[in-house]
Amino acid sequence: MSDTSSAGLHAWLISDSPTSRRQARLGQLYRQWLAFKRNPMAVAGLAIIVLLLLAAAFAPLIAPFDPLVQALDKRLLPPSAVNWFGTDALGRDIFSRIVHGTRITLVIVLLVVVTVGPFGLLVGAVSGYFGGWVDRLLMRITDVFLAFPRLVLALAFVAALGPGIVNAIIAIAITTWPPYARVARAETMVIRNQDYIEAMRLQGASRARIIWKHVVPMCMPSLIVRTTFDMAGIILTAAGLGFLGLGAQPPMPEWGAMISAGREQIFDQWWVATFPGIAICIVALGFNLLGDGLRDVMDAR
Amino acid sequence: MTNTAISVDRLNVSFGDSHVVKDLSFTVGQGESYGLVGESGSGKSTVLRVLSGLNREWSGNVAIAGAVQPKVRDKAFYRNVQMVFQDPYGSLHPKKTVDDTLAEPLAIHGIRDAEARIGKALSDVGLPASFRFRYPHQLSGGQRQRVAIARALVLEPSILLLDEPTSALDVSIQAEVLNLLAALRQERKLTYILVSHDLAVVGHMCERLLVMQFGRAVEEMTVETLSAREPQTAYAQQLLTASAGFRRTG
Amino acid sequence: MQTSADKTNQPLLDIANLKVDFHTPTGIVQAVRGLSFTLGRERLGIVGESGSGKSMTGRAILDLIPHPGVVGADRMMFRGQDLMAMDKRERRKLRGRHISMVMQDPKFSLNPVQTVGSQIAEAYRIHRKAGAREARERSLTMLESVQIREPARVYDLYPHEVSGGMGQRVMIAMMLIAEPEILIADEPTSALDVTVQLQILKILDDLVSERGMGLIFISHDLHLVQSFCDRVIVMYGGKVMETLPAAELADETTRGRRHPYTLGLLNCLPDLDHPREKLPTLNRDPAWLA
Repeated sequence: MSDTSSAGLHAWLISDSPTSRRQARLGQLYRQWLAFKRNPMAVAGLAIIVLLLLAAAFAPLIAPFDPLVQALDKRLLPPSAVNWFGTDALGRDIFSRIVHGTRITLVIVLLVVVTVGPFGLLVGAVSGYFGGWVDRLLMRITDVFLAFPRLVLALAFVAALGPGIVNAIIAIAITTWPPYARVARAETMVIRNQDYIEAMRLQGASRARIIWKHVVPMCMPSLIVRTTFDMAGIILTAAGLGFLGLGAQPPMPEWGAMISAGREQIFDQWWVATFPGIAICIVALGFNLLGDGLRDVMDAR
Repeated sequence: MTNTAISVDRLNVSFGDSHVVKDLSFTVGQGESYGLVGESGSGKSTVLRVLSGLNREWSGNVAIAGAVQPKVRDKAFYRNVQMVFQDPYGSLHPKKTVDDTLAEPLAIHGIRDAEARIGKALSDVGLPASFRFRYPHQLSGGQRQRVAIARALVLEPSILLLDEPTSALDVSIQAEVLNLLAALRQERKLTYILVSHDLAVVGHMCERLLVMQFGRAVEEMTVETLSAREPQTAYAQQLLTASAGFRRTG
Repeated sequence: MQTSADKTNQPLLDIANLKVDFHTPTGIVQAVRGLSFTLGRERLGIVGESGSGKSMTGRAILDLIPHPGVVGADRMMFRGQDLMAMDKRERRKLRGRHISMVMQDPKFSLNPVQTVGSQIAEAYRIHRKAGAREARERSLTMLESVQIREPARVYDLYPHEVSGGMGQRVMIAMMLIAEPEILIADEPTSALDVTVQLQILKILDDLVSERGMGLIFISHDLHLVQSFCDRVIVMYGGKVMETLPAAELADETTRGRRHPYTLGLLNCLPDLDHPREKLPTLNRDPAWLA
């Protein structure tokens, strides 16, 4: 893109008088992006997440070896020019396994987020908007789930459902939604008394319409921020379940399971458990930094 | 006075232990502009919330355009009665463009020619078409209040309830908004109920007014009585004197 | 009031070319651009619309400008002391003890978890290093002097238990207990009903007349300023449009001498005595800010 057309795009995006719905929306996003760009830590977080996405998308191209093929003659090799991160007890290349592991991590995170976010939001918004017995009922149910530590509850669910990555995702989702409902409810209780919501009532809008079109968009920023912060926790819970052997099953290259497998060699072959651990740390950090940046941008009003 | 637009008969409103509106009765003629005046706690805004259906806990009789009103109003009611709020910073959804805000009532009531109506609503309240896709944070207080008025008028109601529509605005902006409201009323033969603490604003906008105190009607008078400063009751007199400004005694 | 102002040859406050700039990412916002005035033992009104810089002026005097704001002035003297030469600590000591401020809404200025009486007493002890008993007695006297009928009862109330008018009286009592020479009142009655408003003004008025205090009364309400103040500064866009005796605001005969902005503001107010079909609106001339 040439300088003139990018300047033209910039002007079009920050125009004070957009001429279409699309321009207004894009302009709003662009302004948030400009604000976001000013925070170097947030950009670093975003870069980590983008790298994670790229690694997942092009895993077969990036990884030099098949993550599942065992080579017993190459067991527990230290990091070298061939095996960057060394090999594990079954001779598999750890770097390749970590790269392929991004896919599993992303699948877990995405599935949890798409189930938990909307569900928590809906429960919270309905509870907060209606109040009364609806609120009491929904919130007591929420409290039951909140009362247990997340990992312990997830363990119980996996134990009941049987180990495996799908069940791990279900267990994590079940234990993750209550705080979302709480946040959405608190926001809704403030929002529902605002003049602009009363104004919608005075237009004859139904309750479902008010909640969906007017309350929910106001709850979104804090939930998105909350979700991004939670990603780290979800990854750690998933890794925790994997570590305990209740998540992804061998030979899947799930990071938590990889640490678990490297546990026996941790003193002699440090690389087996260390590299997946570093991967978890970096991704968790990336989501946290991103969450920080998003919070600053989205709460600004 | 020809037809009655609004009639309120022995209206009572309580919130828990506090009785905020007590046996209030008044009628407003079609095309009339009627002021409700009082200090905080007089119940004037509560009356507006009962009329608009926002407040559903009351007793008494409320008839609008001859029809006795139930506590819960149906959708059709809102095509005839609309309201403008005091705070232009709180009455527009911060994540919706002007266009979204004006399109919503049309969508709710299934009105089809939204494009044309929105354009007309904007020009009616004196906003340029280029404001159509702005967000509230890109508008000044006065412009926001114009959008709020446009939203109220886009369904073409015949009754507009105005809750201190200019008290959050600077005086120069207040003049513009009051002029707009007066012009719209004349053009569309609207009926207004204007709640205000400012006697001068009520004097400018209304033909009759009701002075309220502690939830009760104190005195109903014409604007001529107000301008002549000849109210009958001591409280109305006191309000008039107080609003004239500070007087140094002794 | 003119007489007592003449008695002291030195003004309480003497400000020349006051500027308040806010350095934002998108550029410098000039909130106040070159304001000069002196304050004697009088009621000085500052009127203007939102964004006129009237509140920033009051805050600049107290060194209460929030972060990206920078205050500059050729001269800022309080009774012969150079405020610009003082450090943060000295300015803080001056604040409350010699120059006080009452804000618009008492709800946000009082600590919600302390009784109003204890807050007044604390203010007194900070500035006067007095004992608890003396502070309490002084506080009760002060509450009485702002016309609170049962000071002993009100003393033990929490801020949420008092009405707006009562809260504002408490604020004034708290601000005045150290007997400051200057009180800056920023829209002190705008959140109050008219009848209560007048009672508060009466209290402020007596303080000026009886104690010889200097009062800066910041307001958007022309009627109020005209009827209450001695002199008025009209501000627009951070600049002074004109300074005039308050009485002239209402004086039809001096209209020819008025600044067009002042006239515009006066004209656009609805007036019971001069009903008009359409209110004149204000046309802002960019030349006013040049």
